[in-house]
Amino acid sequence: MTENTNNSRPITFHVTRYNPESDRKPYIKSYTVPVRAGMTVLDGLHYIKENLDPTLAWRFSCRMGVCGSCGMLLNGHPTLACNTQILHIADTDLTVGPLPNFEIIRDLVPDLMTMFEKHRSINPHIVRTDEKELNTPEGEFYQTPEQLEKFLQFTYCIKCGCCMGACPTLATDVHYLGPMPLAAAERYDNDSRDDGWRDRHQLTGSAHGAFRCHYAGECSRVCPKGVDPARAIQHLKRQLVLDYLHLARKKKPCAMLHGPGEGKLLANIPAAPAKTV
Amino acid sequence: MRETKYWTWHMTAGVVILFLLGLHMLIMHVGGVSTSFAPYSGEATSKANSLFRDSKLFFTVTYIFLLGIALYHGLYGLRTILFELTLKPVVEKSITFVLTITGLGLFVLGTWAAIATHAIALSGARG
Amino acid sequence: MAEMKRHDNRLGLWGWLGGGRWGVERHAYILHRLTGLAILLYFLMHIVVTSLRASGKYMWIEGHVLHQPVFRFGEYLVFAAFAYHAFNGIRLVLVELGLAVGKPIEPIYPYKTSLNVQRPLLISMMVLAGIFLLLGSFEFLGVGK
Repeated sequence: MTENTNNSRPITFHVTRYNPESDRKPYIKSYTVPVRAGMTVLDGLHYIKENLDPTLAWRFSCRMGVCGSCGMLLNGHPTLACNTQILHIADTDLTVGPLPNFEIIRDLVPDLMTMFEKHRSINPHIVRTDEKELNTPEGEFYQTPEQLEKFLQFTYCIKCGCCMGACPTLATDVHYLGPMPLAAAERYDNDSRDDGWRDRHQLTGSAHGAFRCHYAGECSRVCPKGVDPARAIQHLKRQLVLDYLHLARKKKPCAMLHGPGEGKLLANIPAAPAKTV
Repeated sequence: MRETKYWTWHMTAGVVILFLLGLHMLIMHVGGVSTSFAPYSGEATSKANSLFRDSKLFFTVTYIFLLGIALYHGLYGLRTILFELTLKPVVEKSITFVLTITGLGLFVLGTWAAIATHAIALSGARG
Repeated sequence: MAEMKRHDNRLGLWGWLGGGRWGVERHAYILHRLTGLAILLYFLMHIVVTSLRASGKYMWIEGHVLHQPVFRFGEYLVFAAFAYHAFNGIRLVLVELGLAVGKPIEPIYPYKTSLNVQRPLLISMMVLAGIFLLLGSFEFLGVGK
């Protein structure tokens, strides 16, 4: 595919269009785009907007799979438009739709607010009881690399909503928290600095929490960052069950490591060399 | 956290059913597993074999036990599926009520039948 | 901000059953639901029918209404559903208690997920379900009699 760089191939984009002011429901409109090797779906949409139809609306920002704005349904798969090369997924036709399981604001723009509200509800931040230290910090919270690895994978989430679009439970259950907020809950529950897991468990263990996940695995399959929300949710379920059975290991938020000079140095660390300048 | 409780027992029930219903299926439908559960000739589900099992206290007790946990596992599973349809709270409450009544009703019926047949089988065996 | 008209793009029941080109775990999830519902339907009727034996009615034995081939075949389907539901259930218990999905890893493209970790378990459970079903088939289909 790479040797064809100068030649373009016509690919028909079947794009979902919806204007809330004039359309009763979404419809499909087709555009033919000359596609060169290396062009992403986002490039194709830009081509349509600049050359064929300036009214087309979608959301994007960084163009490099970091911001999570351009989550779309490409050939039936929720994924990032900027991260997907057209010729990798299409020979002649490509369907481009908005992420499912959200309301459509216009064309390819889903309303992600429902996801963000659910995300906010699980306290996606480190919660501690020592207010004084949080407001006037005197040192760092100690965390080993091993403790970090327990949740590091789940921190790579960019909140693009692809997992929410792929989840079968969210297809019918409006109140289900969904893969992204639940993975975020697991991420903070497992953070050794955090002390807010009890409150989070109230929500993640509720009727529309982690137990509405039945491991269809779609969220992990579509995640463009390899976050694996399904894994996070299963670990969360185990924690909820152990907690209910009073078998969970007692967790205490990690201790604070005080400022420089107050920690104990290891004996075998050589002294710093003398300054040369 | 109520859901955590329900779900934990749903899973536990599933594991118990795996063994008891597995045994049930082996006796009934996988022939030649053991003749000690179906000593009479013909099918394992024949009346003679049925009465033989009903005369054993082990079977009566396990039937009732399996009945209870299987009803819980099945009806909770159905409730899970229905609750994922985004229903109104009043509908959800009604479903829980109806499923609970159905479960209890069938449990009483099954328990009565298991005990009654146990008595019949025993009297038959004696007489 | 004024309330704008929106289109609800929720997939509904279609989202359970399909909605795209999905993976094997998605199909396992659908089949687990369908077999569960089928077994439950059978089970509720089974309780009533077998309870009638207390009043001397053995409706399933030879010469009675439920001994007809159509009901025998129906029972065979329930047995098949049980074989699947039971063995897939073993996988689900292990997976949903976080025992078969692996520990969090550094995501490096091409991403390996928990789906890859539990896939061998899924395959072995399906093989075992197949063997169990085969054993039962001899009885139901009257082979070896």
